[in-house]
Amino acid sequence: MPTNSALMGFVHRRRRGAELFLLVLALIVGIGAYAAVGLGVDGEVPANLIGYGGWLTLLVVAAHVAVRIVAPYADPVLLPVVAALNGLGLAVIHRVDLAKDTGLASQQLTWMTLGVALFVGTLIALPDHRLLARFTYTSGLAALVLLILPMIPGLGTSINGAKIWISLGPFSFQPGEIAKLLLVVTFAGYLVVHRDALALAGRRVVFVDLPRGRDLGPVLMMWVVSLGILVLQRDLGSSLLFFGLFLVMLYVATERPGWLVVGALLFFGGAATAYRLFSHVQSRVDIWLDPFADADGKGFQLVQALYGFAWGGLVGRGFGEGMPQRVPYVESDFILAAIGEELGLTAVMAVLLLYGLVVERALRAALISRDGFGKLVATGLAAVFALQVFVVIGGVTRLIPLTGLTTPFLSYGGSSLVANWVIIAILLRISDQARRPLPDLAPDAEDPDEQATQIVKVVPER
Amino acid sequence: MNKPIRAVSIFCMFLFLALMANVTYVQFVKSGSYNKDPRNARVAEASYSRERGQIMVGDEPVATSKPVDDRYKYLRVYPPAGARMFAPVTGYLQLGSQTGIERSQNAVLTGSDPQLFVTRLVDLLKGETAQGGNVVLTLDAAAQKAAFEGLRDTLGPEGEGSVVAIEPKTGKVLAMASYPSYDPNELASHDPAAASQAYKSLDADEQEPLLNRAIRTRLFPGSTFKLVTAAAAIESGKYHAGDQVPAGTTYQPPGTSHEIGNDGRGQCSPAKIEFATAMEWSCNTTFAHLAVDVGPEKMRAQAEAFGFNNTSLLDLQGQVASVYPTSVDVPDSEGGGTRELSLAETAQTGIGQNTVQSTPLQMAMVTAAIANQGTLMRPYLVDKVQTAGFNVLRTTEPETLNEHAVSAQTAGELTDLLVSTVADGTASPAAIDGVDVAGKTGTAQRGDSLCSAGGKPPYAWFVSFAPAQDAQVAVAVMIEEAPDRACGEIAGGQLGGPIAKAVMEAVLKK
Repeated sequence: MPTNSALMGFVHRRRRGAELFLLVLALIVGIGAYAAVGLGVDGEVPANLIGYGGWLTLLVVAAHVAVRIVAPYADPVLLPVVAALNGLGLAVIHRVDLAKDTGLASQQLTWMTLGVALFVGTLIALPDHRLLARFTYTSGLAALVLLILPMIPGLGTSINGAKIWISLGPFSFQPGEIAKLLLVVTFAGYLVVHRDALALAGRRVVFVDLPRGRDLGPVLMMWVVSLGILVLQRDLGSSLLFFGLFLVMLYVATERPGWLVVGALLFFGGAATAYRLFSHVQSRVDIWLDPFADADGKGFQLVQALYGFAWGGLVGRGFGEGMPQRVPYVESDFILAAIGEELGLTAVMAVLLLYGLVVERALRAALISRDGFGKLVATGLAAVFALQVFVVIGGVTRLIPLTGLTTPFLSYGGSSLVANWVIIAILLRISDQARRPLPDLAPDAEDPDEQATQIVKVVPER
Repeated sequence: MNKPIRAVSIFCMFLFLALMANVTYVQFVKSGSYNKDPRNARVAEASYSRERGQIMVGDEPVATSKPVDDRYKYLRVYPPAGARMFAPVTGYLQLGSQTGIERSQNAVLTGSDPQLFVTRLVDLLKGETAQGGNVVLTLDAAAQKAAFEGLRDTLGPEGEGSVVAIEPKTGKVLAMASYPSYDPNELASHDPAAASQAYKSLDADEQEPLLNRAIRTRLFPGSTFKLVTAAAAIESGKYHAGDQVPAGTTYQPPGTSHEIGNDGRGQCSPAKIEFATAMEWSCNTTFAHLAVDVGPEKMRAQAEAFGFNNTSLLDLQGQVASVYPTSVDVPDSEGGGTRELSLAETAQTGIGQNTVQSTPLQMAMVTAAIANQGTLMRPYLVDKVQTAGFNVLRTTEPETLNEHAVSAQTAGELTDLLVSTVADGTASPAAIDGVDVAGKTGTAQRGDSLCSAGGKPPYAWFVSFAPAQDAQVAVAVMIEEAPDRACGEIAGGQLGGPIAKAVMEAVLKK
């Protein structure tokens, strides 16, 4: 097979040196922004710059070394991009701290440390992403439990009308952030097994080949239940996220564009129903249509954010020269308004490009992945990331109605940050598997039977 | 599965493109209109938190920004010695609102004025925070002090009044005092509760301390308006300063039974007297007669030539136009519409009654125009605009409002009349040793009954300029309320004269 051997002959370069170089740039962004905050607000370099920069460098180097050792073929761009985003986020949170006299940045640094630790842990504990396929149903169940947790009296906490938090002593935690990762695994594991049945067996209704109930049923059930929980919790953002995620994965697994049409119809139907039924949905839409109608009341947050973006203009006011503290929750959902105000459209574009790069890199891993499960997980994670960025940034810039979600890697919030670092670890693992050269089969080439059995890489037992 | 993954990639790309396009719209296209939105407290707070330029009188700041350690970084401070004295001019600065020069010169003081563009650019390149420019006022500190303290000491704590002094040749406002005044520091406080409490109590005060009476209060000018009547009479060619003019104990204008008298001033009793005597003793019968002789059109034209029925001050907002009546409303029962003044009404306007009303600034302008050979200059308060480093960016050029409000000849004749009014007449309290002073009193009756008969006390006016032949200063003093004084004491010469004298002396001493 000459063509196949040529294909086999192509080996991805590891590009770990390139990753290190990009990481240095990411560190310059993170530490430079932190220093700029000190210079802009207090007129001096922050006293703890060395300690802070050292710690950030240590985390980034630890992540890099781990990748070098356990995932040498992993995508070289992902880690630097998220390191830059995380560093910038820390600096902006520090900036808001100085304005509001809070101490969230150091907490966020602690969460980042935990995130990087879990990132390294995931890479080590997960030598092959296909191991996750074993936990298809377990993770589905875990996701449901996590989603229900905030509804348990005494455990759940309602913040801003959404019951999506659980508090354990001093810690509060957003289980939905972990659940989205678990659901991607569940959907991917289920769909990759049943994709043929879903795509081929079934009845044609109008223009869609509806699969048989026993094929689609279980996963549909999962999805409806999780969506129902989120609607009950009034978590619009996550509902939107999970809906889109499932739709994308179903479409990719079955390769049937008809699903998108069905999905779009369901979405508009659901959105219209939700608008009729729920006053909080109506109020979100009203704010979106005309935030200035109640600029000092319901529209206050969005109006202040828009003023902040406008005040920043093309190049921004510079750290310390804006008033990001005027926007409520600027350190979490609205952190992009702070970036837009003090660093300008330029920085917002850069942030969007970085997010775009993450999505692009994840989808690239999906494209070159050699197994269906890897493809689906990578696509699912890319879709989660893209949708989350779209929903939250579109919300704060008044492109779409505002629904609460965190801005990945930038916003203050432990659960989100930790979950996103684990997502990146899984994406790196998938890309590592995809880019890794095939095992050298030459010694066994004489025995065709053996070759056929050996081509499947051994999954170590756990 | 790669085909749908590619489709998903393209979909994601569109999501990001939509975000980018929308952010560009918000931060670039809409940015300007959001930044101009009056509800945008961010813009107001930003300019409030900046080091604002100084407002200066001479070399001394009367408003300056002091660095403080709170969220607004700079506190606007009005040096206490002059805070109340200069408050009607400087105004005060609050978050999101300013008054007075703080308001009219806001662009310069915050540094956003185009004149400061280069300075701003240099600051930017040097990495320094852009500072606002300074505004140097035309005010003369000594004259302002004399005016304010004169009002305070003469009127008592319950009094109300105002003084305006103008440099006749240029229109520079040398003094603009309004009494009672307020302490702008209380309003500029960074403690929002204290600032709002201070505003509420000042706003509720019946004496209206926040009101700049110099440009906002118009009252009957009374006899000081006889300057305008005399000017119209001389300009008409029918009379000259050396002529005999009609007088008498009473004058009954055509078409009315109402008689105008002289409040017992016997010098006015002969049927014909010297024009100078009529001015010296402020003979109502004479000026009512002259107004009728000239007619309402010419009276109005003369008043408007001096600036009546118009506003002229560009450096402060809120100037009200002084009034010479343009027409009289006809009651609907008589057909409605409007008509020209009757002769009886014209006679009343001739002595500054009927519906003639003037601000202190307007009377100062009339006086200044006569002092300046008949040329009326636009009054102004901003002399220079400077950078934060005191480099002069712009000096205001004096602007002529009316080259011939009266002819130089008329102005000279009027000056002679006014000089003799100070030398030998009612305006004698303003006389200064060794200087020819020209002046005129005014005591405008308020309501139908006289003060002595239980009516309201009159408004007292005094206008003057000195030196008569080469005037350095023209002053108008207006006294609205002086409750500490008895009815008989409230007269232009007695109360206003000494204040005008003090102001003129303050200017001439230099």
